[in-house]
Amino acid sequence: MNVNLTPTGVANSNRETAAPTANRMTVSKVNFFYGTKQTLFDVNMSIAANRVTALIGPSGCGKSTLLRTFNRMHETVRNARLDGEILLDGQNILSQDVTLLRRRVGMVFQRPNPFPKSIFDNVAYGPRVNGARDPISEIVERSLRRAALWDEVKDHLHKSAYELSGGQQQRLCIARGLAVEPEVLLLDEPCSALDPISTAKIEELLVQLKDSCTIAIVTHNMQQAARVSDFTAFLLVGQLVEFSPTPQLFTTPADPRTEAYITGRFG
Amino acid sequence: MSTSSIPVPSASPAAASRSFLSRLREGDEIARLITFLFAASVVLITLLLVYELWVGSVLPREKFGFGFLITKVWDPIAENFGALPFIYGTLVTAAVALLLAVPLGIGAAIFLAELAPQRVSDPLQFFIDLLAAVPSVIYGVLGVFVVIPLMRQWVQPALKNTLGFLPLFQGPAYGVGFLTAGVVLAIMVIPYIISVSREVLMSVPRDQREAALALGSTRWESTWKVVVPFARTGILGSIFLALARALGETMAVTMVIGNTPTISSSLFSPGYSIAAVIANEFTEATGDLYLQSLIELGLVLFVLTFILNGLARLLIIVTTQRGSGMGNA
Amino acid sequence: MNGRLRWRKFVSGFMLTMTGVCALVAVSVLFCILGYLIYHGGRDINWNFFTKLPTPVGESGGGMANAIVGSAKLLLLASLIGVPIGFFGGIYLAEFSGSKVAFVVRYSADLLNGAPSIVIGIFAYALVVHPFQHFSTFAGSFALGIMMIPITLLSTEEFLRGVPRALREGSMALGASKWSTIIRVVVPAAYRGIVTAVLLALARVAGETAPLLFTALGNRYWSPGWNQPTESLPHMVYIYALSPYEDWQHQAWAAGLVLLGLILMVNIMARVVLARGVSVPRA
Repeated sequence: MNVNLTPTGVANSNRETAAPTANRMTVSKVNFFYGTKQTLFDVNMSIAANRVTALIGPSGCGKSTLLRTFNRMHETVRNARLDGEILLDGQNILSQDVTLLRRRVGMVFQRPNPFPKSIFDNVAYGPRVNGARDPISEIVERSLRRAALWDEVKDHLHKSAYELSGGQQQRLCIARGLAVEPEVLLLDEPCSALDPISTAKIEELLVQLKDSCTIAIVTHNMQQAARVSDFTAFLLVGQLVEFSPTPQLFTTPADPRTEAYITGRFG
Repeated sequence: MSTSSIPVPSASPAAASRSFLSRLREGDEIARLITFLFAASVVLITLLLVYELWVGSVLPREKFGFGFLITKVWDPIAENFGALPFIYGTLVTAAVALLLAVPLGIGAAIFLAELAPQRVSDPLQFFIDLLAAVPSVIYGVLGVFVVIPLMRQWVQPALKNTLGFLPLFQGPAYGVGFLTAGVVLAIMVIPYIISVSREVLMSVPRDQREAALALGSTRWESTWKVVVPFARTGILGSIFLALARALGETMAVTMVIGNTPTISSSLFSPGYSIAAVIANEFTEATGDLYLQSLIELGLVLFVLTFILNGLARLLIIVTTQRGSGMGNA
Repeated sequence: MNGRLRWRKFVSGFMLTMTGVCALVAVSVLFCILGYLIYHGGRDINWNFFTKLPTPVGESGGGMANAIVGSAKLLLLASLIGVPIGFFGGIYLAEFSGSKVAFVVRYSADLLNGAPSIVIGIFAYALVVHPFQHFSTFAGSFALGIMMIPITLLSTEEFLRGVPRALREGSMALGASKWSTIIRVVVPAAYRGIVTAVLLALARVAGETAPLLFTALGNRYWSPGWNQPTESLPHMVYIYALSPYEDWQHQAWAAGLVLLGLILMVNIMARVVLARGVSVPRA
C-alpha cells in the first residue's frame, strides 16, 4: 500500500528542522516505465528546501530511478517513460527546457567520473559551457572550497584529475556540480565506491552544504541516511512505503515493512 | 633469519621423459613441431621480405646514399635517380586525403556512436565495412570516370575562381593530379576512420556523457567537449591507420594522379607517388640500377607504413584499455 | 542567458545534423559505385563476356574468359599457399605456444598485413620471378598467398581461443591426446568462423591488382599450367578502364561489376554468418 505523506518538521536536538520548511521540489503521482515494465508506482513525496532528503531501500527498489527523474536524466535512455508531475519551485520540470533544468538540479554519480582534463578545467566546465558572470578562476576556487577540496589541490590545479585519489575525485565531482550553483544537488550513492575516511569527509560536507543548497541522496547504507539526512523516504519494489523526518522513521516507523528493513530482517 | 623449510617437490627425470615419450607416441610432440614450423615460417617470410628489400636496393644505396631521398631528378637515361618527387606526391596526396576524410569520418563516427539508435547504427556500419572491402582498382574506375570529369568541369574551375590567388589552386585544370588523387584516397580511407573511431567512441564510459549532461550541456557540447576528447587517443590511432593505408595505395592513385614526376605547389598539377611509379615502371626498368632504385622506393614505403601502423596500434590499444578502467588523461 | 542558450541549442542541433550528413555521404559512396557499375556495366554482361577471349580493338564480341579463369587459378593456388600456413600457424599460437613466441609471430603477421600490396609484389618478384627470369601464375599466387596469411593466422587463433575450455577438458579427460582433441573437438567447434575468415581473406586478395603487375603480369590468351603469365579480372579492369577505346571501357565496367559483385557477396555472407558468433579482426 502506498502512503501519501508530507513531512512535518519535528524538533530534534541534533537537527535544525525546527519549523515546517518549504518544499523545493514536489513529486506527484509519478509512475515510471522501462518499455512495458513498470518500475515506479504512484510515488508522491517532496524534497524540502535546504535540507537533506535520503532515499533508501533494498537493491532494485527504484530509488536511483526516482532520483534520476529529478533532473530528467532518465531521458538519456531510449525506452524510459515518465508519467506524473514533478515540480521545481512550483513549475513542472517536464515542461521546462532540459538544459536549463540541469543547471538548477545537479547530479553527482556513484563512481567518481571526472573528465579527462585538469582539476581546474573539470570544475570550470559547467560555468564555461553555460556562461558565467564571475571570473572563472573565482568560481573554481569558491566551488572547491565548498567541496572541502581547495586546500588539497590549490597548488595543483592544472594537474590531471585522474591523479587524485578516489575520495578526492568524488569531492572534485561535487565541486564540479556546485560550480554551476544549482538549487538542488542530487547524489546517487556517492560514497559506495569510497573508503570510510573519504565517506566521512563527504558526509560532513553534505551537512555543511545544505545551508546553500537542497540535497537529495540515494544510499544503500542506512546508517549513513540516519547520520546525514533530515528526511528519509523508504522505497520497496517501486513503491514509496514511508516518508518521514529521519529520526521518526528510524525510531518509530509507521509501516511494518519499514521496521523490517531497518532492523535488518531483509536487505 | 632462517630459510623456510617448506619441502619443494622436485620433478623426477624419469617422470618427465615418460610423459615426453607418451606425448611423442600420441603424436602431440610431432603436432607441436609441425605447427611450430608453420608459425615460424610466418616470421621467416617477414624477415625474408625485409631482407629482399634491403639486398635488392644495394646499388642505388651505394651510389646515392641518403641523397636519394632528397634528389629531385628521376632520369632513367642518365641513370640519375631521386626519390623526392615520389615522396612529395605520396605525402601531398595523403595530406589532402586526410584533410577531407578526417572531419567527414569523425563526424560520421559521432553520428553512429552517439546519435543513431542501434538499429540504424549497425546497418550503416555494415555498409561502411563493405566499403572497406571494395578493391582499389574499382575506386580507380570511379576516379577515372566520375571524379576526374567532376574535378575538371566543376570543382577545379570553381576553386580557381574563388581561391585562385593561392598558389595551391593555380595552373591548368586537367582533372588529373594531386587534388584528384587526394579526393579518391579520401573516399578510400574514410571507412577506416569511421570504423575505429566509432568503436572507440562507444567504449567511452556512459557516465562521462551523463556527467556533462547533468551540468547543463547540450547534446553537442557533451559529445564534442567530453566524449570525443576522452577518445582522442584512439581517434588519432584511426587517423594513423588511415594514413598508412593512403600511403600504400597503388591502383586508384596511379589511375588519377597523372603519373609525372613533378614537384609543384599547385594541387592541380599532375604528379606521381611512390606506389604509382613502382607499378608503372617496374616492368619497363632497363638495367639493374633502375630496377633497384624502384626497389629502394619500395623499401622507403615499407618503412613509412611500418612506423605508422605501429603507432596506430599502440594508440588504439591505449584507448580501449583506458575506457574500461581509470587511466591518466 | 536565454539568448545564449538558444544559440547553444541551435549549434547543437546544427552540428548533430551535420554528423548525420557525414554518415549519409560516407554510406552513399557505396551505392554510387554500385549504381554506376550496374548502370554502365550491366548491359555488357552477356554470354560472350564469360566465354570469349579478348578480341582486337574494333571487333565486338570479345570477352574476359581468360581473365576469369586466370583469377580463379590465382586464387586457388594462393589459398593452397596461404591457408595452411595461416591455419596451422594459428593452431600453434592458440594451442601450443608460449607468450613470447606468440608475440613475435603475431607481430610478424601484423607487419605483413600492413605492408603495402605493391611491396609484397616486389618481394614475390625478387623471390620467384627474378631467379627464374620469367613471370608466372605461380609468382602471382605466391604474392596473393602471402597476403592471405595474416588474416587466416589471426582469425584461426582468435576462433580457436574462443572455444570454451570446458570442451577441451572434457575431451582430454576421456583420455584423448592434445592433438586428437584439437582435430576432433576444438577445430570443428571453431570451423565456421575460420572458414568465413578465409573466405573474407580470399575476397580481399581477389581484388588486388598491384602485386600481380610484375608477377603474373598479364596475357591476352589462355595461360596453360602454372608457369606462364596469366590475365586476371582486376588487371583487365585496370587496363581496359585506362584505354581510349569505348568498347574496352564498357567491358571494364562490366568486369568491375562482376568483380565487385562477387567480393561484396562473399563479404555480406561472411558477416551475416559471423553475426551469430565472434567478429572478424579488422584487416
